[in-house]
Amino acid sequence: MDQLQTYLIIGAVLFCLGLYGVITRRNAIAILMGVELILNSANVNFVAFARFGGMNMSGQIFALFVIIMAAAEAAVALAIIINIYHLYHSINVDEPSELKL
Amino acid sequence: MTNLTSLNYLQPELILTATILLMIVVDLFYSAKKSRRIGLWALAGLVLAFIYITVSGFNIPTALFLGSISSDPFGIFFKVLILLATIMTILVSFSERDLSNQRVGEYYILLVIVTLGLFFMVSATDLIMVYLSIEVVSIMSFVLAGYLRGNRRSSEASLKYVIYGAFSSGIMLFGLSILFGLTGSTNFFDIRTGLMELQNGADLALMLSTVLIFAGLGYKISAVPFHYWTPDVYEGAPTSITAFLSVAPKAAGMALIIRFFNSILGGEGVFTELEWGTFSAIPWTQLLAVLAAVTMTVGNLIALRQTSVKRMLAYSSIAHAGYMMMALPVLSQQGVYGIMIYAVFYLLMNLGAFYVVMIIANATGQEDYDQFRGLGHKAPLLAILMTLFMFSLTGIPPTAGFIGKFYLFAAVIKAGPSFYWLAIIGALNSVISLYYYMYVVKTMFFTQEKTSITQIEFKGISILVIVLAIPTLIFGIYWTPIADIVHKSLAIFIR
Repeated sequence: MDQLQTYLIIGAVLFCLGLYGVITRRNAIAILMGVELILNSANVNFVAFARFGGMNMSGQIFALFVIIMAAAEAAVALAIIINIYHLYHSINVDEPSELKL
Repeated sequence: MTNLTSLNYLQPELILTATILLMIVVDLFYSAKKSRRIGLWALAGLVLAFIYITVSGFNIPTALFLGSISSDPFGIFFKVLILLATIMTILVSFSERDLSNQRVGEYYILLVIVTLGLFFMVSATDLIMVYLSIEVVSIMSFVLAGYLRGNRRSSEASLKYVIYGAFSSGIMLFGLSILFGLTGSTNFFDIRTGLMELQNGADLALMLSTVLIFAGLGYKISAVPFHYWTPDVYEGAPTSITAFLSVAPKAAGMALIIRFFNSILGGEGVFTELEWGTFSAIPWTQLLAVLAAVTMTVGNLIALRQTSVKRMLAYSSIAHAGYMMMALPVLSQQGVYGIMIYAVFYLLMNLGAFYVVMIIANATGQEDYDQFRGLGHKAPLLAILMTLFMFSLTGIPPTAGFIGKFYLFAAVIKAGPSFYWLAIIGALNSVISLYYYMYVVKTMFFTQEKTSITQIEFKGISILVIVLAIPTLIFGIYWTPIADIVHKSLAIFIR
């Protein structure tokens, strides 16, 4: 279990699950969860590459920054979704549709 | 250069950081009514940074903070451009009607933070820095786009922006992780070395990672097929923010793409000897050229059938991103030169056009073509200025837009017969764009009066429109000063 490939496969599976979630879900929170999966799949990749590739620490550092940024992004996104809920009483992303051709 | 000595080159960023911290503290002492005074603080900080940059001038390209960012004329050029756009944005925000009845302290603070993020975006030479700066800019823009909290359109814009933004930056991040794994480093120049040593078998992984990374970068400059957010966000956001988003992040994104390609694929020279040869398994240049052609065509064709002038300008900004991208696959110094000149002129004419729309929206509350009907009779000066901006956006001489387009097309044609088709598509697109830009002019002068405008006050924003119109006209006739500055800025850090 301590091979690079194992972790890369986990990363790729996480990425695909996230992608699938973002594309199929219409609930804003569920889409955000998909995005978090994508970010974490990249994190797994970064740490695995840094650990098994015999590289310096920049992979781990990158992962740390991504975690921080994901938190900031989630905070802003949730605030925006709460605002949408106040206005539309729904968090379905298809509901707000005043901006159209 | 080590961390401590690097600070000497970071003064403009430090000034902005100090301004942001100061504004956050000062904002606590202002009531909601007085909070627009925060804008003056922001203005002071930005002007200070602007003066500092212009006085200290161009320096020799240097790597700062152990190679994570760089300081060079190329970056300074874009920093000045970004500062100008932000200063304009703050000036017009004072007279934006939508913002007048709510607390605006944070609005100005966020705007300065975006500027700081854009500064790092144009000077990043490390993947970590690329990701961080793009995220800082994006997250602040999400909030700014949705700043009108009770407004349904503004909220919808921010929802769409945050979902597309978070998604595409996640995709880009996964691409970055593959690139990191392939080359073993996050530094642009180490990545270049790593790519040289790469085995042939890694072509597929390299292609995957480049496509994923371009999803993130293309989203920033709203290139097709990553453009879906653009019209909605541009239409829903406060007009001052729309104008800002259509200019500053786009220029910074373009700078980032140029630096990325130049550092990773470039030879020893500056914007020369760019070689895709090492990675020739995939026809990169043709791929980028097709992307540019599709971007401008889609932008122009959809702009034809808009009923709102603001939304039309949003699609036209996609088309203009396409024009700029046209000079990317050429991979020549002249191409970069064309993009930089175009960025300057695009800033002038696009801000001008959006500000005219904003004057109309302030007076009538709408941005439809209907409000432009008969504007030529009600407010002749405003209509004439709008006509000038429309001419310039189309690229009709003697306006700045023509000169910008001339340099872009010259670079494409000079690259050889294999790019002629791209130049032809670009020219055809200019013809298409003529239709919808001139439709605005026709609506203003040759239709029955329908606009509900009674009188345009000559103050603040109107003066700013004139300030933007004058160089749009003058640079169309005498553009040597800009050409000189751009020529001097063609020095990029390379290791």
